[in-house]
Amino acid sequence: MWRFVARRLLHALPVLLGTTFLIYTLVFVLPGDPIQGLAGDKPVPPAVLAELRARYHLDDPLWIQYTHYLTGLLTGDLGTTFTGRRVSDLLADRWVVTLQLGLTAWVLEVILGMALGVWAGLRKGKWDDSAVLFGTTLVISVPVFVVGYMAQLVFGVQLGWLPVAGTEEGWPFAFLLPGLVLASFGLAYVARLTRSSLIENLRADYVRTAHSKGLSGRRVVVRHTLRNSLIPVVTFLGLELGGLMAGAIVTEYIFNLPGVGQQLFQSIQLREGPVVVGTTTALVLIFLLANLLVDLLYGLLDPRIRHD
Amino acid sequence: MSPAAHPLLEVEDLCVEFRTRRGTIRAVNGLSYTLHEGETLALLGESGSGKSVAAQAVMGLLDTPPAHITRGAVRLRGDDLLALSPERHREVRGTRLSMIFQDALTALNPVLSVGDQLAEMYRVHQGMGRKAALARAVALMDRVRIPAASRRIHDYPHQFSGGMRQRVMIAMALALDPEVVIADEPTTALDVTVQAQIMRLLKQLQSETRMGLLLITHDLGVVAEAADRITVMYAGRTVESASADDLYARPGHPYTRGLLDSVPRLDRLGKPLVPITGAPPLPSSIPAGCAFHPRCPRAEPRCGSEAPPFRTLSPAGHRSACHFAEEVHHAPVG
Repeated sequence: MWRFVARRLLHALPVLLGTTFLIYTLVFVLPGDPIQGLAGDKPVPPAVLAELRARYHLDDPLWIQYTHYLTGLLTGDLGTTFTGRRVSDLLADRWVVTLQLGLTAWVLEVILGMALGVWAGLRKGKWDDSAVLFGTTLVISVPVFVVGYMAQLVFGVQLGWLPVAGTEEGWPFAFLLPGLVLASFGLAYVARLTRSSLIENLRADYVRTAHSKGLSGRRVVVRHTLRNSLIPVVTFLGLELGGLMAGAIVTEYIFNLPGVGQQLFQSIQLREGPVVVGTTTALVLIFLLANLLVDLLYGLLDPRIRHD
Repeated sequence: MSPAAHPLLEVEDLCVEFRTRRGTIRAVNGLSYTLHEGETLALLGESGSGKSVAAQAVMGLLDTPPAHITRGAVRLRGDDLLALSPERHREVRGTRLSMIFQDALTALNPVLSVGDQLAEMYRVHQGMGRKAALARAVALMDRVRIPAASRRIHDYPHQFSGGMRQRVMIAMALALDPEVVIADEPTTALDVTVQAQIMRLLKQLQSETRMGLLLITHDLGVVAEAADRITVMYAGRTVESASADDLYARPGHPYTRGLLDSVPRLDRLGKPLVPITGAPPLPSSIPAGCAFHPRCPRAEPRCGSEAPPFRTLSPAGHRSACHFAEEVHHAPVG
């Protein structure tokens, strides 16, 4: 298995190089001068301009700039913002918020999504199954900002159960509502995926065999159907874990959470190349790790694709 | 009556239909057979003749809805299985009555080790602990002659060859020494050489345990080798029933005769094979009268309207459902 992990990490290297280069180039070719953007409308003295341009290698060709960046990255330096803050410091605070939000959403997806899916799958064709199908379709088709404002209005303002916005109350209370909103789409998807996978597996030959062994209905479902049904669900949840960690620009905006998504949005507007590239690099890394985790989990669930 | 006075397994006038939105399909339409201790009864029929559905009805594995058992009785040593509550019927499954399925690759759970799947029988039905049950599972694998059983107990189904996998399937069915084992096309998914090994194994195990074996198959070769008696099904009905030797020597139904004429036999070298014309009817549109009459070379007008009764032809218990059974029965073979 460790060979597999090592190989996968090696595979991640070109992906990481490719994405950082791509993002770096995209930020590089954005119109406008970053130093001038920083100064706003004020004129910048030519000496200062030259100093800054030299410090950030702005006059060098793209590939030299990128090489500078990469060497920094290898020594653990994500770069500095144009205002002089280290990108890693800047992101450190933000990551805590995004991590809390993302994990909350993910756990909600896992627990609620799977539970709803199993329930609906076992009650196929009954009214509660139809209710789950209807509800999930609704959630999937409504944009997240609508869900967000609705949730704020109902649970935050009218019922007053949970804080409307901000992180003052800390985890978990401040993150339950935004977590649920962020999770809504994935949760609905997980429920539907679990349901259809379970229904499909309940028709499998080995489930009939399990019945023929005289096992109780409960044992047939729990031991002989559930695990097999979860394989596609795990794929999705693994990718979700990466996706949710990437921060949620809309959700963080609605609930005023100072997370990575918000930072990324601001940095793109300010054309802060180092921040954008640094954040993206970290996101790509997380995504790759989540993918690796899924592949390892696969092996646990399904011995046919075990990596030994 | 004492249990011994009852035949082991008795199926009487069994009817199963599937009620779907597109109409009702009669899959089994008056099937009767009797299986005795230590005996092998072959249920012979083409695909779609209802033989697998009938077996699942006996096992209590049909999903209701859409399947409904509309008539008939299934008696295991006199106990009517169809009258049992689902819970009681479940207790019979695996312990007194068990089933071997066709394709062990799909019929065994791919994510559980073979040992776990075998041990489950002892854990669930006898409340054994994991260790003891696994030890029994190893013994079971030895019994069906899987080499190096103690080493392979933690392997998964996909790590076994087709023949070994089917042995696992057989081991699972025999775990609790059931009185009746239903084998649904147990060798169809296997190579011919492996087929013979598996059939030999089944016969051997049968002689050890005196179990009644219901062999469901479309393969006349398998039947000839293994069966004591044969019940032939066509379109959900029993059309003929006899001892294996009698049936091969003097078939009493044109359908059986057609089946025998359509396969190569060593005792009929040099004679042309004669296929049965046409195709078996769909369960949704079974012809009136004798279901076989549109394909029957002997058919007369009355066959299309009058369903032939299931009659006894000989004192040995040869029975056939054909208006001209005696004539067919006495006609020379070949």
